This record gives sequence, C-alpha cells and structure tokens, in this order.
Amino acid sequence: MNTETTIAPVKVKEPREPLFSIKNRKLIKDPLNDSNPITVQVLGICSALAVTVQMKPSIVMALSVMVVCAFSNLIISALRNTIPNRIRIIVQLVVVAALVILVDQVLKAFVYDVSKQLSVFVGLIITNCIVMGRLEAFAMANKPWPSFLDGIGNGLGYGLILVIVSAVRELFGSGKLMGFQVVPGSFYKMGYFNNGIAILPPMALIIVGIIIWIQRSRNTKLIEPE
Amino acid sequence: MNKNSSGYTLFFSSVMVVLVAVLLALAAISLGPYQAQNVKTEKMQNILASIGIKSNAKKAEKLFNQYIKQQVVLNKKGEPVTNNINAFDIDLKKELDKAKTGEADKQLFPLFVFNKDGNLYYIIPVRGKGLWGPIWGYVALEGDMNTVHGASFGHKGETPGLGAEIETEEFQKQFVGKKIFDESGNFVSIKVVKGGAAPEDTHGVDAISGGTITSNGVTEMLKRTLGSYISYFKTMNKKGGNVATGN
Repeated sequence: MNTETTIAPVKVKEPREPLFSIKNRKLIKDPLNDSNPITVQVLGICSALAVTVQMKPSIVMALSVMVVCAFSNLIISALRNTIPNRIRIIVQLVVVAALVILVDQVLKAFVYDVSKQLSVFVGLIITNCIVMGRLEAFAMANKPWPSFLDGIGNGLGYGLILVIVSAVRELFGSGKLMGFQVVPGSFYKMGYFNNGIAILPPMALIIVGIIIWIQRSRNTKLIEPE
Repeated sequence: MNKNSSGYTLFFSSVMVVLVAVLLALAAISLGPYQAQNVKTEKMQNILASIGIKSNAKKAEKLFNQYIKQQVVLNKKGEPVTNNINAFDIDLKKELDKAKTGEADKQLFPLFVFNKDGNLYYIIPVRGKGLWGPIWGYVALEGDMNTVHGASFGHKGETPGLGAEIETEEFQKQFVGKKIFDESGNFVSIKVVKGGAAPEDTHGVDAISGGTITSNGVTEMLKRTLGSYISYFKTMNKKGGNVATGN
C-alpha cells in the first residue's frame, strides 16, 4: 500500500497521474478479491449476517456503505492535514455519523419500504469497521482521489459478498430472487420446502465461510506459507 | 500553527460540530415532508390490508378515501368525541403512553369505519410489545362488531423467521372468522395459543414456534387495546344502531 507521509510537503513537480492509472484501478479491484473487507479482512461481518435475508435490502445496504465509505474517505482525506491528531478518531466518527444520518434520511424519504427492512442497520454503518478501518489505514495518509476510489472499492468488495450471500439465502430461504418467485409452485407440491435455516443469521456465516474457502483455495496470494 | 495545541483542537471541533449540525438540520427539514407522506401512506396501506384490500404506495390514498366511511374518536369511557380530531391523525403510541404518565382518562382511541361492497367494517388499531420492540396492527371487525374480518400486524425488529412471522399472511389469516366476544356477550379477546389452538376454538389462533414472547405480546396487545373499545361496541349493539349512522 502506498504510504505517502503527511509531513514535509516537498514541492517537486510530479507528472500528473491519470485519474484511472493502474495504481488507482488497483484500489478498486483489490478489495473485490485480494483484500476483500469481509472474506479477507473479516470486517463488517455483523451487518453481513443481519441484512442478507433478501437481495433488495442487501443491495441498498451495500450502496449505502459504499456511499458512506467513499465520501467519508474523501472528506477525511481532504482534511487530513488539518485534523488535530489527538481527536482524529472523533473527527472521523463525526464525519461518518453525519454521512450515515444523511443516507438514512434519504432512504426514509425515497425508499421507505427498504429503509424499514434495514431498520437499525443503516444507523449501524457508523460502527462498521470497514469504514473506520479505511479512514485510519488509507484516507489519513493519501490524497482525496485515491481515497475516494479506495472507499468505492471497499464498498464494492463488501457489496459483492452481501449480494452473493443474500442471493443464496433468498433462493433457498424463500424461493425468491429480488422478491420474485423463482422456485416454481409445482416444486412445493412435490414436497419441496424452503430451507428454514437460510433465513436465520447462522446461514450467512456458513455461506461466508464457504466463500472464504473457495476464495482461499483459488487465490494463490492468500495461501499462507506452511 | 500548532495542530496539537488545545486551542486549535477546540477550534477545529467547534467548527466541525456547527457545520455538521447545520447540514443535518437542513437535510432533516427538507426531507421531512417526504418522510411524513411515506409514514401516512404506509398507515393507509396497513389499514386497507386488514380488510383485505391490497394496495401499493401510489394507490393507497385513493383507495383509502374511496372505502372509508367514517372516522370515530373515542374517549377512555368509549364515548365518541366530537372535537375536530381526525382519527387518522391520532398517534396510538402517544395515547397509550398517557396511561404511564397518569393521564389515562385523557386517552383517545381511533376507530375507522369502512364500507366495502356494501358491508361495514370496524377497524381498530392495536399496539403492544414484542420481544425486541413495539408491535402493532389493525384488526377489522365485521358489522356485528364481534367477528374478525381480517388483521394485519407489523413490528419494529422481531426476529426474522420467528417473531417477525406475525407479519406474514399465514399468521394473519388465522384471525379471520374468530370472535372477540363469547356466546354470553363477555369480552374474551383472541389468544395466540402456544402449541396450537383447537380447531373449534373461536378465540384462539396458533402461536409461532420459537416466537413465544412475540406471540404472547400479540395476545396481550389484542386484549388490552380491543378492551378499550368494548363499552362502545356494547352500547352500539344495545342501541341496535351502528356507528356509521352516528346514532
């Protein structure tokens, strides 16, 4: 990871970096696999268990986290040279909390039914370790644009897992995808039952576990030396 | 400037707090009307659902106005109050909270009279406690003010798959045809019976396995909230009149 120090801004004319340079694209791509916030860093598990019963709330949740993550990264990165070090965590929290409340208000005003399903979990984005983790680890030490991309990337990485988990849970738990009946009625007549455990939180853990297993067995970078 | 001095820290945090407060206040004020409309529409949808009218956010208001016949406000004694309060605007939570603050005699209870296909339905809002938070709903009684025509329930945060099942159609349709008075005219409410209600039991429905506390919450909620309307129903039935004619 780029560890650009914040001290002594040396005035050297650097060639302007393109907006989507290889390095910047990596910021978005990495969290999808190599440094996925859920499966590799194991952050944000709590909300991944709670909101993944159906796909629609999961997608809205993922978008919300992405927005909060990207903009809090952007704001904190822009302020990083002015934030007093002693209260930086509080400043980060205030920025995150303000963004989360904004997101919550917007959801309540425009997608009320989804906002109801997500209930407290939108508010709990404030405590989502991914957001704070990225602020401390990345935004405090990098320029605004890469920080913004990093936020988007981590939001996407989080969202990817949420969507996979919720698709499996909705399909097996209620026979639907995005609220549409997928398992045909004739299956139920032949004795097919929705899987009760799929709508309970433990199933999310099991699915996340399976994803980690598959990911680790295929991604050589994640295989730890014996 | 010394970024680590107390003065700077104080200055930074003050500016930040003021900015954030202004921003959030602006957002809350500008989005407020949309949110209020959403809450109102949802309430209409829930009321309509209890008499079996399915609606969506767009149609709810139109359907509500189409079917509603009368909104009645009752006081604690079950007498209709006529002081320009719209039953729809009564917040049942606030009314029930009055009991805690010793203002129980000031409680007001809303009642909605609907006319669907020529039949009258009396819709009573109910509210109580589940396991994790409040539960609420609407119970629609038929013209005899005894038989349940339908019920719809909602909850804030009951466990999905367990307590949250009260929101499902399977749970709610059990209430259809149940009676709140016994044969001699005493109020018995409807109980959610753990282990399953007997098929001939007109005052019981099956509880949700694993959702006992929520189920008990529903029983308690029905008994308490419906109880507030009993004297009104009894007077109405005695008079032989009905609410809708207002006599």
